[in-house]
Amino acid sequence: MTAGERPRSAADVRKEVRNGARDTQATVEQALQRAFDVKAGMDGLNIFVSLDDALLREHARGAATQLADTEPGSLLGVPVAIKDNIASLHHPTTCGSRMLKGYISPYEATVVARLRAAGAVPFGKTNMDEFAMGSSTENSAYGPTLNPHQTDRTPGGSSGGSAAAVAAGIVPIALGSETGGSVRQPAAFCGVVGVKPTYGRVSRFGLVAFASSLDQVGVFGATVDDAARGLRVIAGHDPLDSTSADIPVPDYTLAGTHSVKGMVIGRPKEYFPESLDPRVRARCDAALAHLAALGAIVKDVSLPHTDLAVPVYYIVAPAEASSNLARFDGVRYGRRLPGDGLRGMYEATRTGGFGPEVTRRILLGTYVLSAGYYDAYYRKAQRVRTLIADDFGSVFGSGVDLLFTPTTPTPAFRLGAISDPYEMYMSDIFTVTANLAGVPAMSQPIGRVDGLPVGGQLIAPHFEEDRMFAAAYALERALGDEAHR
Amino acid sequence: MTAPTMDALLANWEMVVGLEVHCQLKTNSKAFCGCSAAYGGQPNTNVCPVCLALPGALPVLNGRAVELATTAALALNCTVHPVSVFARKNYFYPDLPKGYQISQFDQPLATGGHVDIGRRADSSPIRIGVTRVHMEEDAGKSVHDRYPGVTAIDLNRSGVPLIEIVSEPDMRSAEEAGAYLRVLKQILEYMDVSDDSMEEGSLRVDANVSARRRGETALGTKTEVKNMNSFSGVERALEVEWIRQVGVLEAGGTVQQQTMLWDGAAQQVRPSRTKEGSHDYRYFPEPDLPPLVLAIDWIAKMRHDLPELPADRRARFAKDYGLGEYDVDLITANPRLADYYESVARAHGDPKAAANWVMGDVLAQLKTTGQDITTFRVRPQDLAGLLNLMRDGVVTHTAARQVFARMVATGDAPAQIAEREGLVKVNDDGQLAGWLDEVIAEHPAEVERFRAGEKKLQGVLIGAMMKKSRGRADAKQIGAMIAKRLTSNE
Repeated sequence: MTAGERPRSAADVRKEVRNGARDTQATVEQALQRAFDVKAGMDGLNIFVSLDDALLREHARGAATQLADTEPGSLLGVPVAIKDNIASLHHPTTCGSRMLKGYISPYEATVVARLRAAGAVPFGKTNMDEFAMGSSTENSAYGPTLNPHQTDRTPGGSSGGSAAAVAAGIVPIALGSETGGSVRQPAAFCGVVGVKPTYGRVSRFGLVAFASSLDQVGVFGATVDDAARGLRVIAGHDPLDSTSADIPVPDYTLAGTHSVKGMVIGRPKEYFPESLDPRVRARCDAALAHLAALGAIVKDVSLPHTDLAVPVYYIVAPAEASSNLARFDGVRYGRRLPGDGLRGMYEATRTGGFGPEVTRRILLGTYVLSAGYYDAYYRKAQRVRTLIADDFGSVFGSGVDLLFTPTTPTPAFRLGAISDPYEMYMSDIFTVTANLAGVPAMSQPIGRVDGLPVGGQLIAPHFEEDRMFAAAYALERALGDEAHR
Repeated sequence: MTAPTMDALLANWEMVVGLEVHCQLKTNSKAFCGCSAAYGGQPNTNVCPVCLALPGALPVLNGRAVELATTAALALNCTVHPVSVFARKNYFYPDLPKGYQISQFDQPLATGGHVDIGRRADSSPIRIGVTRVHMEEDAGKSVHDRYPGVTAIDLNRSGVPLIEIVSEPDMRSAEEAGAYLRVLKQILEYMDVSDDSMEEGSLRVDANVSARRRGETALGTKTEVKNMNSFSGVERALEVEWIRQVGVLEAGGTVQQQTMLWDGAAQQVRPSRTKEGSHDYRYFPEPDLPPLVLAIDWIAKMRHDLPELPADRRARFAKDYGLGEYDVDLITANPRLADYYESVARAHGDPKAAANWVMGDVLAQLKTTGQDITTFRVRPQDLAGLLNLMRDGVVTHTAARQVFARMVATGDAPAQIAEREGLVKVNDDGQLAGWLDEVIAEHPAEVERFRAGEKKLQGVLIGAMMKKSRGRADAKQIGAMIAKRLTSNE
């Protein structure tokens, strides 16, 4: 395993395909070869839950011909791995669950359609925690994905497969999804860039819902530019998603030319607690020093309701999940297990189809929505959620342009190291806030601790991804090799 | 012991009824996707990822459904709220593909309306409060009797837009419940928001009923009665269930809050197997849809543009056309007939004559063929043309009937038919005298008896004249002619 080897960037791939140096078939072939070389399969890193070589070669041929007579897209020839909870044609969409084993969607997600329209080739489906519930990809029905940097470590989750696919150099871009940090946390653990856009920035149509008011499709990139290119293609209003925003999408790749001089970057004290791993703290401080050296103004700020974010998240998200996952009932598609009568069939199907973490969250969500408990839990959690969002509103309203924090309290933990669900939930402590508030956030590599990547997080006001990318490009340039050392 | 009569029970007990009416909105497409909302069709053909609840599909609200729901709510005198919120009603059932129904819960589209369903003896209106009107989607259909041993699911209806109209418990008899339903149906028809066919499931009624001793003000324990498929079925079910409740109460028992199912064939109610209260729908705001925000101006415009309400039209017809209450009620029973009548009356100019023809020949014809006025071949301007021909003495009343029959059959203009079929009135005295000569010759006995003083036999002779003229002679004119000829010849 050649950990840390940098993959070809999306921009390079596109340039080569466009000027005829290579074609899409060659780029797909190279990605397949790389997947083979790094042992991405089930008996290796276990990155993909489905990857059909023959199908991909066929698609690559189709893509090359189709684009010959049209304006080449901005991701021409770029293979993009897709998380297994995003509906795509041909490959199954199983959400890492036994419940949907073999289920092939008859329609594709808006984000996948946009990727294809831009010339990209959807490249297999990546492993994930079942229905995106987890922070280590260990909750997958297909077994855990291994971290390409150290295979005894988790890649994080729930989009662990997508993060690992980029980290292993198979693809420059991958799609993930976020509900409480499921892109940023694995990006940090795998040493890649992970972006969670503003809620409403990217269509959720075709993203299998976990918690609808928090879910957002996110992008992994080997570099800031890869992520910016990916997001630019998938972002924008979709009439099929009533929660998608009709706000123009700027060209995020131009943010690389913007300066951070005079930009005010807040350092929220709640994200730098006493208990923070001092080596992680040191990496963050170094990154902030780089930004300051570029002319940014670093300012200590406070988001006082941060400690309430995880408890609020674990009421709101399971509540919505308990409803969203009701459709997996064995009646129309997916798994059906026989039982005594209708009720027996429901019980057998859902008991047999869902793993323990999904079951736990459905039970939790059902409980907090029950008559008599709704006010005490769900309604109250929504009120506190408003306070958390208001924290960001006040900080950004006080002249702060961006926030910088560690993405996670620690680098990637060992596979199997965390068995207590609550301890696992706490690994999302720095990421769930952005989902609850709906603001965009991203993680990028800012160095290593004991050979394991550390992620630094930028958080921006609603729909200010552009500003976030400007700082990310600048920081990436300033860090240079230090980001991966 | 014989069963007590309603009247005997009503002496001591009062019925309290509130109704929940589900009405399918008349949209082309479903509430949250682009599939056709048409009734029927091969099972599971009007479906897509959204109404099949495939993983990842999302709802998008149908704007037309919002317009129709708003129109209905305004017609029921409700306050339409600028902000209402969709909510998920969670329960498992095979024909509910998402495992929840998108509905509205604590912030419905509209609240606080009323409808008047008639007048009491003291002429005060019987006013039924409308608690709320909210939007929701329909479920699919479970088909239990199609295949032996299995239940089949048809999701064509899944996601069809509905409004639920919830009344206050303001009705005091089954008749009042029936009257409320008929008034409601008429209003919805006038607003053109629904097809209102109970058979096709566009209008469904659940009834809450309780009994209390006369004089008491607190409500008794209610039961919910479901599964009625006609308005008269609702009335009958309410009576049967109420009698059951009174029986329980008179025996010293207590009514259990539960759902009762009406068995129309057996004319009985029986408890549903699902226990009331065991359902916890776990309502919460639908996160896939933003709150429904309606501009105040838009609501005001919808109110301004509301079609004429049945009561307004009745008042106007009585005033403008001088029609009696019975005629008005008959003609305004449905808006399409009222439109038809009004077109005829305006084109012809004599509203009474128009009313007589519409209520007589037109309704009789529709009843015979089971046709709807909107597809009736005789268009209003042609019926008015026929009335004009009569008024102007071009055709007789008898010939007009024949012309009308031809109009029904062919759709041709009346003047054209009268001309073609030779039904124009004969005013030629020579021709008439010739026919009379023949009639006298052919009816010697009747002529004899008429001359002897049996004046009623004139009718037979006029009939014979009409037959000869094929209705083209004016009855009055030939009556006078007969009288003159047969008396002057003496």
